[in-house]
Amino acid sequence: MLRERGQREVFCGLTGIIWLHRKIQDAFFLVVGSRTCAHLLQSAAGVMVFAEPRFGTAIIEERDLAGMADCNEELDRVVDRLLTRRPDIKLLFLVGSCPSEVIKLDLSRAAARLSLKHAGATRILNYSGSGIETTFTEGEDACLAALVPDLVADASDTPSLMIVGALPDVVEDQFLRLFAELGIATVHSLPARRSGAMPPVGPNTRFLLAQPFLGETARALEDRGAVRLDALFPFGAEGTTSWLHAAATAFGIDEMHFRRTVAPGRERAKRAIAHSAERLAGKRITFLPDSQLEVPLARFLATELGMTPVEVGTPYLHRRHLAQELALLPAETLIAEGQDVDRQLDRVRAARPDLTVCGLGLANPLEAEGLTTKWAIELVFSPIHGFDQAGDLAELFARPLRRRDVLHFPSVVASCS
Amino acid sequence: MQLTVWTYEGPPHVGAMRIATAMRHVHYVLHAPQGDTYADLLFTMIERRGKRPPVTYTTFQARDLGKDTAELFQTAARDAYARFAPQAMLVGASCTAELIQDDPAGLAEAMRLPCPVVALELPSYQRKENWGASETFYQLVRKLGAPAKAGAQNNERTACDPALLPSQEHERPTANILGPTALGFRHRDDVIEITRLLDRIGVGVGVVAPLGASPADLARLGEADFNICLYPEIADTTCRWLERQFGQKTVRTVPIGHAATRDFIAEVAAVAGIDAPVLDEGNLSWWSRSVDSTYLTGKRVFIFGDATHAIAAARVARDELGFEVVGLGCYNREFARDLRDAAKRYGVEPFVTDDYLEVEAAIQALQPELVLGTQMERHIAKRLRIPCAVISAPVHVQDFPARYSPQMGFEGANVLFDTWVHPLVMGLEEHLLTMFRDDFEFSDASGASHLGHSSHLPGTGRGTVGEADGGGAVTDDAATGLPLHQPAAGSPPRSGEVQRGWTPDAERELLKIPFFVRGKARRNTERFAAERELAAITLDTLYEAKAHYAR
Repeated sequence: MLRERGQREVFCGLTGIIWLHRKIQDAFFLVVGSRTCAHLLQSAAGVMVFAEPRFGTAIIEERDLAGMADCNEELDRVVDRLLTRRPDIKLLFLVGSCPSEVIKLDLSRAAARLSLKHAGATRILNYSGSGIETTFTEGEDACLAALVPDLVADASDTPSLMIVGALPDVVEDQFLRLFAELGIATVHSLPARRSGAMPPVGPNTRFLLAQPFLGETARALEDRGAVRLDALFPFGAEGTTSWLHAAATAFGIDEMHFRRTVAPGRERAKRAIAHSAERLAGKRITFLPDSQLEVPLARFLATELGMTPVEVGTPYLHRRHLAQELALLPAETLIAEGQDVDRQLDRVRAARPDLTVCGLGLANPLEAEGLTTKWAIELVFSPIHGFDQAGDLAELFARPLRRRDVLHFPSVVASCS
Repeated sequence: MQLTVWTYEGPPHVGAMRIATAMRHVHYVLHAPQGDTYADLLFTMIERRGKRPPVTYTTFQARDLGKDTAELFQTAARDAYARFAPQAMLVGASCTAELIQDDPAGLAEAMRLPCPVVALELPSYQRKENWGASETFYQLVRKLGAPAKAGAQNNERTACDPALLPSQEHERPTANILGPTALGFRHRDDVIEITRLLDRIGVGVGVVAPLGASPADLARLGEADFNICLYPEIADTTCRWLERQFGQKTVRTVPIGHAATRDFIAEVAAVAGIDAPVLDEGNLSWWSRSVDSTYLTGKRVFIFGDATHAIAAARVARDELGFEVVGLGCYNREFARDLRDAAKRYGVEPFVTDDYLEVEAAIQALQPELVLGTQMERHIAKRLRIPCAVISAPVHVQDFPARYSPQMGFEGANVLFDTWVHPLVMGLEEHLLTMFRDDFEFSDASGASHLGHSSHLPGTGRGTVGEADGGGAVTDDAATGLPLHQPAAGSPPRSGEVQRGWTPDAERELLKIPFFVRGKARRNTERFAAERELAAITLDTLYEAKAHYAR
């Protein structure tokens, strides 16, 4: 276990907006920040999607900082303009950034003030996606945690299940079908696809984290009396089985019924994984810190595909939520929390793993050095959870290796222009 | 505060990164929080560079703010020097670090690093990327380019390393090529094209900077006879300083287009004091005069980009392709005056804005037949189903082509012809589409044949058409949300919809008009009907309007 503090090469929490704004279909994300924030969002998004967005940036300007304009009045003006033009928006997030945090612009007060003003039409919440406080996926954690105090109190006597984490719609539907077949009557998702459909929460709520980076959200739910079900995260056949099983146990589902219900999906997952197993077995892999998915993914690759994790870097390690995952990693795996990117790259060059999972800024430079890489961000943007995505997940790791094998250039000298 | 969806330019420190990344043996220590490291991917992903940008980010966090972020900066600078041993170092702050006022300049000076350190003051809340690049280049040249001597214009030119330059360089006049950077639109190929062109007319190249130059190269800038300001957005300030410092003249013609290339050669020859051969090369002039190009005549074109590329494109569009310029604009206010002068020449309103939504509204209102713009206009045009070609940064990964594809010089003019004409529907196809509208394979869903599969139109009638470079990675998802910017009251609705007021037979007739001119026909007809306060738009109204607006 290594803890490092140095230069980090990761996105900030604002990046989560790129998938969150598609997940909640009547929400808008307004970053209160600088031109850099706007540029980050379009650069991170520009590589992948370019659609009419439900996000934007209120760019702080010199006159706001010099006190010539009142930041709160300016923000109210921008929000008024936005909501006039987008009357379809039912939920507006004011998203804090590094500059708004440093100048101590109080967005929670602004959200309260604006919520009153737009009462009945648009609910206004706030969270911080700033790089000084959040790393990449921690932005989703902050966003979901901001939703929790607003959830309706669930006073019913019967327990209900909540799936926590923004999943692709197709994956969420698969899980809902499985839970229905298992016989769990009431299942909700946080976040819901529409702001008016957010789930209720109370002491009878049992929740499963679908993502390993939701520490604050879990704490907020526990504050509302909900109980977290501990399990592996739903990656691969084993992870998904463990995750579903935790719910089945909590809801008193008969063990035989559970096995019968999950068997078809579990077998499909194993068959799908097998396609990539031959290529991945015995290969060495290093994860550079990025999305906090590193530990569960390394577990999946080690236990179900026979890969050897060399170093598993993660920006932040939530030891309690990841306890079962960590126990399954081979003992000799180096777990690194935090980052000092130059030193970490030195270790990658020394270890020369077969595959390095890293951010977009590092991938091509490592490829140019002859190291095969996998973009970490694709793991956040692809459906990878559950039985029916297990094969796709394995394939994401196998494809760069297959590509390396199919390309033939006589004595490739990487061009490093 | 300014509400922004997409921005044309990044913050000024990204401009500084474009200089540092373009150069060799320079390292930039940027006081910045962790998220700012996203900027690396601009270079490694969009431009496909095989090296990380030479930038160390201090990546301070909230918990550091109460303690000593200044010490963090010094540690980062010390480590960066030890690891990368640059010939020169840039230090500065990003937008957040500017607010905490740690003074990277003073901190770096106190460290007495064993290399020249250039401290950058880039006000993030006032300035933008191009300005940041220009300022960084200028400060580097000021610090490193000046073994300042009085009467320096007379200094001898023997300091060139003879090993690096062929011997005739001592006899030929030499010029520095200034302005190309990392992440520049076709800068790599423009430099090759212009270097070849200069060689053909007997002019040697001293230093190309910042692209490929080291700090030691900057010290040789004064040795050349004159400077070529290839990209004014980046190099204008530096060229002015070199004029004052070394008495070097500046060639300012930007050689984009056939005629501009010939003007460029003439200006170079005049400044260099040589007789230049009259070159009249490249295919653009004949391709454009050949009869197949007749259908290009009077195509209405909207042009937007950085001022230099937009102004140059306007000249090529009108004088060398026979288009009609209906809109001309730029996003960089620093060059607004040049753009206004140009707009006057083309008889259009100058359009200077960095608001993407305003550009979209202008294109929607003008209904051009071709848009020449940036990555942003590519997406606007796609939504409005107008053909588009990219002429200026900011650009997408597909605008860094593997092939040689300059914008400048004679080969650049060839590239312009191909790139701009390709998205348009070809002459005879245009007629056939008009004549046999009911042919089932001419349905809108099939799109134009020359655009291949990417031109399939989704059921809503919106979609991809006329995208110059294909757009595999880009999805148009306009249907999932209302646009942030609702068209102002009274402005026409988007293409694909038929307004009320149309009689059914007029509506059917409208659908027989090919999609690439239908929007214009509908707008003209509706305007015609509105002006005459007609209650309904009939078949006759449609043809009355056609006659009225016939050109």
